[in-house]
Amino acid sequence: MSDGYQIVVCGGIVPDPLQTLEPVHGPAGWGLKNELMLPAILDPWSGHALYEAANLAKAAAGSKVWLVSMGPKAKLQQVMMTVAQKAAFELIALDAPAGGFTEAGDVAAALAEAIEAIPGLDKSRLLLFGGWQSASRGAGATMQIVGEKLGVVDQFQGVDKLTIEDGGVLRVLERVEGGSYQESTVSGPPALFGWATGELPEPPNNPQVGMANMRLVMPALQKAKPVQLAQPAFGSVQLPCQKRETRIVKDTPVEAIAREIVDWINA
Amino acid sequence: METLRTLPGDDVRQIMWRFADRYDLQMVVQTARSLARSLVARLVAEGARKTHEWTEHKAQLLSAFDDAGLTSLFMDPHQGGFIEGPKNLALALVAFELSWVDAGAATGSLATNLALAPIHEKGTPEQRDYYMSRCVPPAPGEDRAILRGAFALTEPLPYIGVDTNTMTGKVRVLEWEEGKEPVLHVDKRGRFITGMDFANFVTAAVDTNDPRIKSSCMVILEETDEGLFDRGAPTLKMVHQLSSTRDPVLSLKVPASRIIGGYTVKDGVIVPNYTHSEIIAAVFHRTRVPVALMTTAKLLSAVEPVIRYHRQRFRGGTACEPESAKFQLGLQQKPDAVLRLTDVWATAEAGASLGFETARLFDRLDPTEKAKDKIFAEQGVVGAKSQMSALRKLEKQAIEYLALEALPPDQRDAGRMAELEADTLVQYALLESTANILCPACKLWNTGYGATVMRETVALMGGYGITEDCPGFLFNKWTDAQLEATYEGPEAVQRRHLSVTMTNEVFHARLRNWIAQYEALGAAHPETGASASAASMKLWLWTLEFLLRAKDPEGARLYHSRRQGVTFPLADALCWIMATRSQIADVLELAAKGPENPVVAEGLDGLVAFFSDLAMVQAARSAGEAARICASLVYGFGPQAAEDLAAFETLRAACDRASSGAALAKDRCGAALCQVMIPEALDYPL
Repeated sequence: MSDGYQIVVCGGIVPDPLQTLEPVHGPAGWGLKNELMLPAILDPWSGHALYEAANLAKAAAGSKVWLVSMGPKAKLQQVMMTVAQKAAFELIALDAPAGGFTEAGDVAAALAEAIEAIPGLDKSRLLLFGGWQSASRGAGATMQIVGEKLGVVDQFQGVDKLTIEDGGVLRVLERVEGGSYQESTVSGPPALFGWATGELPEPPNNPQVGMANMRLVMPALQKAKPVQLAQPAFGSVQLPCQKRETRIVKDTPVEAIAREIVDWINA
Repeated sequence: METLRTLPGDDVRQIMWRFADRYDLQMVVQTARSLARSLVARLVAEGARKTHEWTEHKAQLLSAFDDAGLTSLFMDPHQGGFIEGPKNLALALVAFELSWVDAGAATGSLATNLALAPIHEKGTPEQRDYYMSRCVPPAPGEDRAILRGAFALTEPLPYIGVDTNTMTGKVRVLEWEEGKEPVLHVDKRGRFITGMDFANFVTAAVDTNDPRIKSSCMVILEETDEGLFDRGAPTLKMVHQLSSTRDPVLSLKVPASRIIGGYTVKDGVIVPNYTHSEIIAAVFHRTRVPVALMTTAKLLSAVEPVIRYHRQRFRGGTACEPESAKFQLGLQQKPDAVLRLTDVWATAEAGASLGFETARLFDRLDPTEKAKDKIFAEQGVVGAKSQMSALRKLEKQAIEYLALEALPPDQRDAGRMAELEADTLVQYALLESTANILCPACKLWNTGYGATVMRETVALMGGYGITEDCPGFLFNKWTDAQLEATYEGPEAVQRRHLSVTMTNEVFHARLRNWIAQYEALGAAHPETGASASAASMKLWLWTLEFLLRAKDPEGARLYHSRRQGVTFPLADALCWIMATRSQIADVLELAAKGPENPVVAEGLDGLVAFFSDLAMVQAARSAGEAARICASLVYGFGPQAAEDLAAFETLRAACDRASSGAALAKDRCGAALCQVMIPEALDYPL
């Protein structure tokens, strides 16, 4: 790929995983209790996609990464203070709720519209990245719909590895049942990749990268387009039925942890 | 009534501590926090603190600081840094975030900065650029190691501490060939020197031991210099064990160009441009602020684990049913638990407000001071004494400016005010007079009283608090606080500093303005405790003025530098008052700017109500403490004139009355602590 890729990462924000999440019904519909006040992070699945995108962009000269993120503008800004230090990208911000009480189709439509509007976007070089799942509400459909709306029909979900081969062929490892991978190749862009965890660790914060990103992130946040998302009617809303019990344990051997997990699965 | 819904997040703190418009600082906060709650916490949990030695385990911190950009934070962009302009607030925020988990890590991150600070403040441009650009990680394509430094002031017993007039470290001329640069010999033994395990250079304070060197100075010593660079034995300290500390022995031959700030030769004598005292004064003036905030961070970090422990105290057994109040609230059923935690939190808020206000003040002072130095250099006003004398002459104009500021805008002489505002020297006098109060006040109060309150947080965890299993490393934090109260000038040094600077007339004029402002605020916002704050400021100022003129029955003056039974307690009282004043200002800032941020606006009424209540609790506590101290001084050296006593009693009664409603505010805080949402677990390991 002589001119490099145009990698667009779709990534929303979710409450920090240590926070207690309690669905409540307010005047604007369903949401999480004190959602706006809870600290937020980039959806971990999207995070993997972003770090993989940055890594790929480094390997393919001339590539560029955009992060298209939808969430309350002020929360996005807080999240960007960390995320912008981890990888070089240009932010496209959409100002909308992020609580997960939305339809995947509506979200995907807004994301696709924002991507279409990226100046100079060349779909023949486009790689669409995103999370295979989401930590807010795992419909697992948003990225697929984004791809369809943009006419990107080569789609891969549960991706853990993407390598560029001779002639620009992309080799993909997708998760399938039983801990196995399905290996595929695609001749090149445009293609969509819904990432699982990937293979890269979270990059350390790099303030130099952050300062460079912020020159574009802050203006992007200021002109974030408000998006109205109609909330569907919910018959009922409840937390997953598994009871979350956080235990703090210390100095437990790995074998004991493994045994406990096996016992739990067997039970 | 709306009250606190969740623990205050970054959006709230950015407004209160005034960096909502500084994304560079917001990123630095996230970086430091991420490092603190991952690597630093892991090191503590893995027992890295259990040895005095610098280990490979601990050394991971250095590369982590480098990778995260914290090593370059102190530098300007052309030196490899990434923040333009003064960095006092940035450094304070980093110290705060790292100390949230472990202050030894914070000290370690600041060690090279402290070594560089003499060079940064008073070094020649060549010294500054040489050392500062080599203390940052290499740029891509650059092949060099990072220099790390240590700051060596403290010396071995019996010349203990930072008595800057007593030094055994000496410098003498070793060789001085005609027309060439002199070569010096430096002997310095250090004690408790941070970063000494890996320092490549040391900035050492030394006295002259040669008639050919006029005064003391600070010298840069490098590990490759000819002579002895013995890193010495590890200091057997029991706190801050994540920082490297040794007692080095240095005996080295160095060129005279290593004298920090340079020198001139006059009549065959080397005259250092700055004595070591002048340099140290400039350095500690700034670096004491992050230390103050280290203790404050510990107090604030304790709030969440204490709430969690109290709530969950009876869960997990058969002591109660899940639906019962005992299960849901645990120890929070009893008012004592939440009321005592309210005191801890109120102290922490006051300390944070005072510390960050001081850091911001130094960000304003830095460029003004440089401009002042330039003007004085052009005017030929050199040396500390000449500058002090010149500045004293400006006090009248500074006081005039404050008098104009106190007037309603339409009654001010705008032309004169603009003239004084444009006068760098007047502005410097104004800023310096306040910095000379706030800096020692935050160092003294945040750490000294903070250490006492930190003990209370440990007590709030019961027996759990003094075990290794206690979440939040509270026991370590308690003992670490004692070091923070000691280093960079122990409490007596700060009290001594204040006892001199708090008699400054410019500060008194500023204080009178604050009294008027807070009286007005108290009328408009009685819920903030502003009235109690104003009353205590008024009482304190009256007491100082009284003590300055009063005598004891034997005719000896009460306010005298050697009468520390008077000056030191009065300095303590001022610290309480200053902390409360800052705290109230931050609450008002939150109330004013909160609506502009949709995230903060969401729960703003509850936040402001809670923080106002905390401020009221603290204002009442401060007013009470200040009144007690003032009374002990006014009555304690009596008998005094009846009219003086009557005047004092009137002011003290007003102070007591101004605390009306404080206990109710505390009750409301306690109730808020019972229902505030907290995360399910601490975000760093145990």
